[in-house]
Amino acid sequence: MAQGDLEVVKLTKRYGDALAVDSIDLKVPAGTYCCLLGPSGCGKTSTLRMVAGHEAATDGDIILSSTNVTDLPPARRGTAMMFQSYALFPHLDLIDNVAFSLKMKGIEKAPRQAKALELLKLMQMDGYASRRPAQLSGGQQQRVALARALITDPEVLLLDEPLSALDPFLKIRMRAELKKLQTRLGITFVHVTHSQEEAMALADLIVVMNNGRVEQAAAPREVFERPATAFVARFMGDHNVVTGSARSVADGVVSVEVPGGSSFAASGAPLAVGSPVDVGIRTDHVRVGTTPAEGLGFTGIVSNIEYRGASVKLSVDGAGIEDFTAIVDDKSFFSKPVAVGDAVPLYWDAEDAIILGRPNS
Amino acid sequence: MAVADQSIAVPTSKPKTRKTPLSFGRLASYLQSIPLCLILGFFLLLPILLLVFVSFWDYDFARMYPGFVFTNYVETLGSWVTWKTYLNTLKFAAIVWALTLFIGFWVAYFLAFHVRSATMQMVLFLVCTVPFLTSNIIRMISWIPVLGRNGLVNSTLVEMGVISQPIEWLLYSDFAVVLAMVHLFTLFMVTPIFNTLMRIDRSLIEAARDAGASAWQIMWNVILPLAKPGMAIGTIFVVTLVMADFSTVQVMSGGQSASVALMMKNQMSLLQYPAAAANAVVLLVLVLLLVGGILRIVDIRKEL
Repeated sequence: MAQGDLEVVKLTKRYGDALAVDSIDLKVPAGTYCCLLGPSGCGKTSTLRMVAGHEAATDGDIILSSTNVTDLPPARRGTAMMFQSYALFPHLDLIDNVAFSLKMKGIEKAPRQAKALELLKLMQMDGYASRRPAQLSGGQQQRVALARALITDPEVLLLDEPLSALDPFLKIRMRAELKKLQTRLGITFVHVTHSQEEAMALADLIVVMNNGRVEQAAAPREVFERPATAFVARFMGDHNVVTGSARSVADGVVSVEVPGGSSFAASGAPLAVGSPVDVGIRTDHVRVGTTPAEGLGFTGIVSNIEYRGASVKLSVDGAGIEDFTAIVDDKSFFSKPVAVGDAVPLYWDAEDAIILGRPNS
Repeated sequence: MAVADQSIAVPTSKPKTRKTPLSFGRLASYLQSIPLCLILGFFLLLPILLLVFVSFWDYDFARMYPGFVFTNYVETLGSWVTWKTYLNTLKFAAIVWALTLFIGFWVAYFLAFHVRSATMQMVLFLVCTVPFLTSNIIRMISWIPVLGRNGLVNSTLVEMGVISQPIEWLLYSDFAVVLAMVHLFTLFMVTPIFNTLMRIDRSLIEAARDAGASAWQIMWNVILPLAKPGMAIGTIFVVTLVMADFSTVQVMSGGQSASVALMMKNQMSLLQYPAAAANAVVLLVLVLLLVGGILRIVDIRKEL
C-alpha cells in the first residue's frame, strides 16, 4: 500500500437501530479525486465523517498509508476536513483562521503566520488576510476554508458538500478551482455530493451509495455508460430502466419480457431464465422510427414533450413501460414533429440496452 | 460647456426632491414611535431631569429651597463616608460579578453543550427560573433560617461534630450579602451566556478538533471568545443590579455593611432629598461609565 492510499474495510455505522453505513469496502488510491455520490440519507456523509474521525465507526477499519487510523483523533490521521458551511471562526481574522491548527500545536506566532500567509497566497486570498470571515463572499470563504484545511499538509482532504452553499454560477467556477487545486497538490480528495453533475465533472472515482451501501465504485465514464445497478442508472438519470423477467438466454443476449407482454433484447451477464431483471436503455440513444431488429424498440403514446433547446425530451408510455424517456436532437424532432397523444415507434441499438445488476441483498 | 450645464442642472433638481410632501408613510412611522417616546419621556427622561434639577437645590431639616448650589455635590464627594461606601459597593459588585460569571458560564455551558435533547434543555432552563416565582425579599429572608446562629447549617455542623461553636459570620456579614446576591443574580448571567452559546455553530467545534485542538484549547480559543457578548450583557445586568441594591445589603448584613443605594435611602428618610439626588446622579454617572467601559471592550451588537 502506497503513501496516501485510503482504504475502508467493512466500515459500519449504526445509530441506535438505524444502520447508516452497512459494511462498506472501498479503496481510494493516492492522488485520486473521489466523489461519494448519493441521495440524502445514503450514508455518504457518515462515511466521510468516520474517515475524518468526527464519528466513531461502529465496526470495520479505516486504513490510511498502511496505518490503521480507525481509533485515532482527527488531527493525527493525516486527514483534514472542509465543512459544509466552511465553519470559519467568526472571531478570528483570516490569517488566524488559517493558522489555527499551528497555534494549537504551539508554533510561534511569526512562523505560523508566515505559513498561513503562504497558503492564503496559494488560494489568492492574501490581500484579505486581516479581514473577518463575515466580510467575505461564499466563494472567498470557501478558499479560506481550503487554506485552513491544507495548512496541516494532509494526505487526504475531506470535503463535505463543499459547493452546496454557493449559487449556481459560483458553483461551477469553484468546482473548476477545486479540480485544479487537486491536480496541483496531487493529494487525495474525498468529496461528498448529491449532484451527479458535480461528481461527473470532478471525480476520477465515483462511489455511488444508497441505503448505506456502495452500489458502484468506478470511473465516471463507466458509471455513466455501464451503471452497475438499476439504482445507479436511475440516479445518474440518463438511462431508462425497464423491469421484467428473463425469458431466454443465448450468447450473451437476454430476452426480457415485461408485464405488458412485449419483450426486449439486452446484452449482459447471463441470468437464470425466469429471474427478475432490469434493463437500462440510454435515453439519448433512443430514436423515433420503426425498429429494424426484434426486441430493440416499441410503440407507445407520447405523454409529455419538453423542449430543451438542442434537444427535445419525449415521455412515452407503452405496454408495461411507463414514463419511458427519449431525448431526441432538435433537428430530427422538428423534421418529423409529434404531439402529445400520438403513437410513436421508438428504437435503439443493441449495445444501448444493457442488463443491470441487482444488489445482492 | 458640459460643466456649466451641470452647475445649472444641480440647483434646479434639488428643490424637486425637497418638494416631496410629508407623505402619510413617513408620518405613520413618526406616529408609531409616539407611544414609546411618551412612556420613556414621562417615566425615564423626566424623572432623571427632575433628579438632576433637585440635586442643585438647597435644603435644611424641614424643607427644600429651589436654587443652583453645588453644596450637595461638594458634600457628597468631599465626604470620607461616601468614598468608603462607594468602594464597599464596588467591592460587592466585583466579587458578585466574578462569582456569577464563573457559575453562570458553567451552568450555561452545561445546558448548551452537555444536555443533548432540546426538551431537556428547556426543562432545565425553566428549573433555573423557578426561584423567580417568589419575590426577591422572600428569597433573601429565607436565607436567615438557613444561615442563622441556630440555623440549618450551623446546627447540622454542630451535630456532626465538625465545629463546637456556631459560626458567627454566616449571617449578617459580607459573606451573607455576597451569597444572597449571587443567589439572586446568577440567572441574569446564565440567560445571556446560554443564548450566545446556543448560537455557536457546532461545526466550529468540530473544525477546531479537526485542527488538533484539545478540549481546553477549544474552550479558550473558540467557546470563550464567542461567548464574550453574552458575558458582557450578563455583566451589565449584574453590575447595575448590585450597584443599585439596598435591600439585600440591609437585610443580609444586618445593617453592618453599607451600599450607595442604602446611603441614599437613609438620606431620604432624613428628608435630605437634594443630597440623595446628588448622590443618585453620581451613581448614575459611575454606572454609565462602567457600562460604557464594558461596551468598549466587547461588541454586543451581534446579540441584539
